[in-house]
Amino acid sequence: MSLVVASRSYADFTPEATFDIKKVDLHRLEEGPPLTATLTREEGLKYYRTMQTIRRMELKADQLYKQKIIRGFCHLYDGQEACAVGIEGGITLSDHLITAYRAHGYTLTRGGTVREIMAELTGRRGGIAKGKGGSMHMYTKNFYGGNGIVGAQVPLGAGVALACKYLGNDQLCVSLYGDGAANQGQIFETYNMSSLWKLPIIFICENNQYAMGTSVERSAASTEYYKRGDYIPGIRVDGMDVLCVREATKFAAAHCRSGKGPILMELQTYRYHGHSMSDPGVSYRTREEIQEVRSKSDPISMLKDRMLSNNMASIEELKEIDIAVRKEIEDAAQFATTDPEPPLDDLCSHIFANDQPFEVRGATPWTKLTSTS
Amino acid sequence: MHFLVANEILYCIEDYCIKAFCKLRTSRSSLTEDRSKMASIRCFLRSGKSAVSVVLRREFSKTSPAAVQVNVRDALNQAMDEELERDEKVFLLGEEVAQYDGAYKVSRGLWKKYGDKRIIDTPITEMGFAGIAVGAAFAGLRPICEFMTWNFSMQAIDQVINSAAKTYYMSAGAQPVPIVFRGPNGSSAGVAAQHSQCFAAWYGHCPGLKVVSPWNSEDARGLLKAAIRDNNPVVFLENELMYGVPFDLSEEVMHKDFVLPIGKAKVERQGTHITLVSHSRCVGFCLDAAAVLAKEGVECEVVNLRTIRPLDVETIEASVMKTGHLVTVEGGWPQYGVGAEICARIMEGPAFNYLDAPAVRVTGVDIPMPYAKILEDHSVPQIKDIIFTVKKVLNM
Repeated sequence: MSLVVASRSYADFTPEATFDIKKVDLHRLEEGPPLTATLTREEGLKYYRTMQTIRRMELKADQLYKQKIIRGFCHLYDGQEACAVGIEGGITLSDHLITAYRAHGYTLTRGGTVREIMAELTGRRGGIAKGKGGSMHMYTKNFYGGNGIVGAQVPLGAGVALACKYLGNDQLCVSLYGDGAANQGQIFETYNMSSLWKLPIIFICENNQYAMGTSVERSAASTEYYKRGDYIPGIRVDGMDVLCVREATKFAAAHCRSGKGPILMELQTYRYHGHSMSDPGVSYRTREEIQEVRSKSDPISMLKDRMLSNNMASIEELKEIDIAVRKEIEDAAQFATTDPEPPLDDLCSHIFANDQPFEVRGATPWTKLTSTS
Repeated sequence: MHFLVANEILYCIEDYCIKAFCKLRTSRSSLTEDRSKMASIRCFLRSGKSAVSVVLRREFSKTSPAAVQVNVRDALNQAMDEELERDEKVFLLGEEVAQYDGAYKVSRGLWKKYGDKRIIDTPITEMGFAGIAVGAAFAGLRPICEFMTWNFSMQAIDQVINSAAKTYYMSAGAQPVPIVFRGPNGSSAGVAAQHSQCFAAWYGHCPGLKVVSPWNSEDARGLLKAAIRDNNPVVFLENELMYGVPFDLSEEVMHKDFVLPIGKAKVERQGTHITLVSHSRCVGFCLDAAAVLAKEGVECEVVNLRTIRPLDVETIEASVMKTGHLVTVEGGWPQYGVGAEICARIMEGPAFNYLDAPAVRVTGVDIPMPYAKILEDHSVPQIKDIIFTVKKVLNM
C-alpha cells in the first residue's frame, strides 16, 4: 500500500545540503567556480527527474529505432545528462542555447515535451517540428536546434549573442559543440570575433572522448579543449556531476553578464551509446571502459547517492519518480507511434515566412503543389 | 514623323560619341572607367526607355524636378541608409563596410552616420561572420551581410544554404530568418578566374532562398529595400561594373517607401518579333542589341528578370506567346544555368506551342575567366553575340 510513503512527512527530509565538488582546471583565470555547491531538496528532485526523463527517453528511442519506427539519424545522449541539466541550472529560459545534433536532451531542458520530441523522431504531425525536421532539427523558444553540420552552430550561437548585446537585454547564449567539432576552423573564427566584440557567449565543449569513431588523441594536437580558445578564459569541468556543471555555468554566466566577453567551458563527459544508432560503439572503445564509467561515474547514480546519503529523499520517493517517468515515456511513445504522419498538404509549406501562398513545382511538370507560410 | 527623325539624330549622336570615346580611350584613362563612361553615355541618352523621350527630357531636365540622376552604387547606398533609419534592428556587417566606406564604396557614409553598433567591420572570416549574421537573424535582428564579392561566399555557403535557407522549413515555421546577403556578382574587368564567377544559378537552385539580380538604379533601390523588409533569406546579386552607371529616377522611385516586388520581372522594351530575357548587366546589352536590330526592322522585347528565384515565368511566357521566339542572355556559364532553367520551363509550359523556333541561350563561355583583355572580352556575351543569335533564331 502507498501508506508507507504517504505517512512519511517532508519535514523528515533535509531541505538543503552543501557538497564538495571537484576543483576545475583554469586557463587565464585567477579564480574559478566555488568548491562547494548547495543543493535544495526541490532542486535535487527536479534534476533527478529531468535526468531520468532524458535517460529513459533516449533508451526508448533506441528501442523504437531498432524496431525501425525511428529512421535516419539518431544520436543519443544517455550518459551526458548532467551536462544539459546542469547547464540549464546555471542559466534561465530567457537565455539562449544552441547545440549540434545530439540534441534531444537539450530540447527537453529548453521547454520541449517528451511527447513532441518522440513524435518528431517518429516523423508525425504532433512532432515538435511537425515531422519536418527529425532528430537533428528540433526548436523551442530561445533554443535554436539541433544542427546537422558539425561546427556550424557555433558562429550561429555567437550571432544570437550579438543580438543579445545589440538589444541590451542582459541575456547570453550558450553555444555547444563536441570534441570533434572543436577542431573546426569556423569555431576559431568565432572565438576571434566573440572576443573582439565582447559578445555574451559561453562556449561549451562537451568532450565525450570520441568524435564518431575517432578518439581525441587521434584527432587533436591539443586535447586541452578548455585552452583551445587561447585568449579566451577557460575552465575544465567534471561533466558527469550535475552540481559541478551547474556551478561552472553560473560562474561562466556571471562572467558574460559582467561584459567581459566570452568564456569557454570544457565538460568532461561520456556517452554510453555509439555515435549514432548506426554505430555499436564498441569497435573503437572497450565494453569494459563503458562499464567502468557506468558503474563509477553515472550522473544519475551520483545524484541519487548524494540525496539518499544526506536524507534529502527516500528510496521509495525516487522509485515513484522512476515509475512516473517510465509512464510519461510510455505514453509519449504510444503517442509517437499512433499519431498520424504529416498531411501531404504540408509537403511544401514553411518555405517562406509571412508570404502569400505560392506554387511549387512537384516531381513532374504537371504536379503543381502549394506552399503556405 | 518627327519622332523618327529625332530617333535617327539621336543614334547619330550616340555613334559619334562612342567613336569619339574610342579615340580618347587609347590616349588615357582606365578601361573600367571607359566602359562605365560609355555605358553612362548610352544610358544618359536612353535611360532604359525610348530615345525620343530622353531628348525631350534633356531639354526639360533643368525645369522638371521630378527626375534625378542616381548611379547604382548610390541607389544601393540610399536604400540601405533609409532602411537603417526606418528599423533599428537592421544592421550591416562585412569586410571594410564601416571605416573604409565599403570596398566598392557602396556603404559610404553609413558608419559615420550610424556608428559601430550598426555598421560592423569584420575580420576576413566569411564562414564565421556569415554564421554570426544568420544567428543574429534567428534572434530577431535584421542583418545585411556583405560579401566583398560573391566569390568569397563559397567559404560561407554552408551558412547561407544549411543555416539560413532551410531553417524555416526544418523548424516547420517556428524560426524565420530575415537576412540579406549582398555583394557584387559575376564578371568584372581584369580580375581573372577566382574573382569573376556568377552565382545566380548556384543560389537560384535552392528552395528557401530568394535570389535577386538588379540591373539599373531603380531595380537596385526598390529590390534592396524589398529584400531588407522581407522576413526571409535574400541573396542579392549586384554587379561591380554597374555601380558607377547613372540612371534617371522619378520622384515616385525616390520615395522612402518605394519597393519593388521580389519575383516580378519587368518588360524594359516592348517588341513583337523576339523575346530577350536577361538579368543584371546583360539587360543593358540586350537593349543595345535591340536598338541596333530595330534599324533592321527587328523589334525585340527585352525582359529584365530582376529576380532569379522565384522566377517570373508568367511574364516570360506571355512575352513568348506574343513573339514566338526566345533568347536568354546571361553572364554566367551555360551548363545548368539560368537560361537552361528558363528554356526548360518554357518547354514544360503553355508557351511551347507558340514557339516558332527552338529557344536558345547566350551565355558566358564555358571556361574559367582568363586575364588578358582580348581573352576576357571573348569570355562574356557581347552585343554582337546577341544580335547574331537573334538573327539565327529568326532565320535572317
